[in-house]
Formats: sequence, C-alpha cells, structure tokens
Amino acid sequence: MKQSEFLNVVMPFKDKLYRLAKRLLVSREEAEDATQEILMKLWSKNENIGKYKNVEAFAMTMTKNFCLDRLKSKQAGNLKLVHSNYGDNSSSLQKQVEAKDSLGWVEKIMEELPEQQKMVLQLRDVEEYDFDEIGELLNMKPTAIRVALSRARKTVREKLMQKHSYGIG
Amino acid sequence: MELDRIERLLEKYLEASTTIAEEKELRAYFSQESVASHLKQYAPMFQYFSVAKEERYTKELPLKKRSINYKWLSIAAMAVMLFGIYFGKEYQEKKEAEFAYNETKKALTLLADNFSRGTEKVAYLNEFENTKQKIYNKN
Repeated sequence: MKQSEFLNVVMPFKDKLYRLAKRLLVSREEAEDATQEILMKLWSKNENIGKYKNVEAFAMTMTKNFCLDRLKSKQAGNLKLVHSNYGDNSSSLQKQVEAKDSLGWVEKIMEELPEQQKMVLQLRDVEEYDFDEIGELLNMKPTAIRVALSRARKTVREKLMQKHSYGIG
Repeated sequence: MELDRIERLLEKYLEASTTIAEEKELRAYFSQESVASHLKQYAPMFQYFSVAKEERYTKELPLKKRSINYKWLSIAAMAVMLFGIYFGKEYQEKKEAEFAYNETKKALTLLADNFSRGTEKVAYLNEFENTKQKIYNKN
C-alpha cells in the first residue's frame, strides 16, 4: 500500500483516535504521541491492512488498549499525569472552552469519570457510534454499555447542576 | 420543537435509551439560542459534545516507506559506483600515462648516455686530428 492510499484510509478516523486518546490521557502531548504511535504501528503493518474488515474499529481498539496500558504503567510507577494544556490558547477547543466556561466544566467532569464510562460517553455522545460498534471496541454487552452510559450521563448532569448552583449561589 | 418532546427525550437520554437520531435532535435543540430556562443547565453538556468533536489531530506523521528507502538507496549506490568507475578509470589512465612517460624518459636518457659516450670517443679522433695538424705545421 502506498503512502497516499494509507493516508486516505487513515484520514477519516485519525481525529477520532486522537480524541479518544486525549479523553483517556487528558494531556494533549501524550494524546498526540499515542495517536502517532498507533498510526505508525498501523503503517508498519500496512501490508495486512486490507485484511481487517474495519480498519477504524481496529485502530480504535488499538488506541484504547495503548492508552489503558499507558495509564496502568503510570499508576504502577506512581506517577501523576502531568498535563499543561489547560492554559494553552493554541487549540481552538481551548479557546472556545475559555469563552464558555461551563463547557470547560463538562470536560473536567468527564475527566473524573471512571475510564469505562469515559470511553462509552466519548464514543457515543462525541463520536456517535452505535451500541454494536461500542460493544465491539470495548468488549461489552449492549446492556452493560447502556448501564455505563446512563450512569455517565447522569453523573455529568448532576455535577454540572452542582457547579451551576455554586456559580449562581 | 415542542418542549415536552425535548423533555421526554432528555429523560430517555439519561436512561441511555435514545437513538442516535434522537440524540442529534437534542444536540440541535441545545445548540440554538432559545433554550427553555429550566433546561438551560443541560446546554453545556450537549454543546461540549459538539465542540469536542471538532478537535483535530494536527501533528505531522513521519511516514516513510521502506521500499522507497531501498529505491533511493540503490540509486545512491549506483551513483557512487558510476563515479567510482569513472574516476577510477581516469586515475588508472593517468597512472598508465605516467608510467609510459617514465619509460620513455628512461629510454631517452639511455640514448642520450650512449650518444655522449659516442661523442667522447669521437673526441679521441679530434686528438688524432690535432696531432696530425701539428705534424703538418712542423713540416
């Protein structure tokens, strides 16, 4: 497979990989590194890429596993995730977040969710995957997804309301 | 859009039983300006999801294909080899020319030596001529 073909395959979902990585790793630099790592891995085995019926799902699973591994090794090494992208103005999201503080709250609330709920919420509400796809990616049954998703959505709503009332009161 | 429909969808949304189309509807409702005041606290949630989806991976990918590498490598090797052959040949020709020059010089020196030896011998003849002249002059 030529470089241009590979890029054509990868282009439509590389942002999704990055967003999932960022959701899990929080730090933008780490998420960028992780995404690059995954794309390079895909590239290195690009002879077989045609065999996977769904490259996107495969890449998303790789990203998920990579990030979870990374988080695990961080915890094992007793390292805290260091990220400096709160104050960074370069990304458009950050600008918008600053403009609308309450959107920043949602991001922070999502950071506090357990990893599985984080991923379910990311895949469903941001990436708009259906339950079958999420089930395939996360190795979960539809009912389990539904429970996790419902919990995540309720938690976000509750915390948002708390912040909202603090903000007013 | 009717308000009670949105309320019903929200209820379903929190139970995670909305379809993707219904969730799109919710996102659309909360992205507009006129959100009912008692539902305003939901707005950041849905707005955030839309904003988060806009985030892009912008880093360059350092993609290199091995076969491309090999191709360029072989071209480079060919160039080096051709250069080597070309200059090597030139060098050898120069060496050969130098050798031929030296040989010629040697041969010419040899010739010159023998010539000068010849002239020395002829010098004796001169001596003979001188003596003969002396004899002639005395007589």
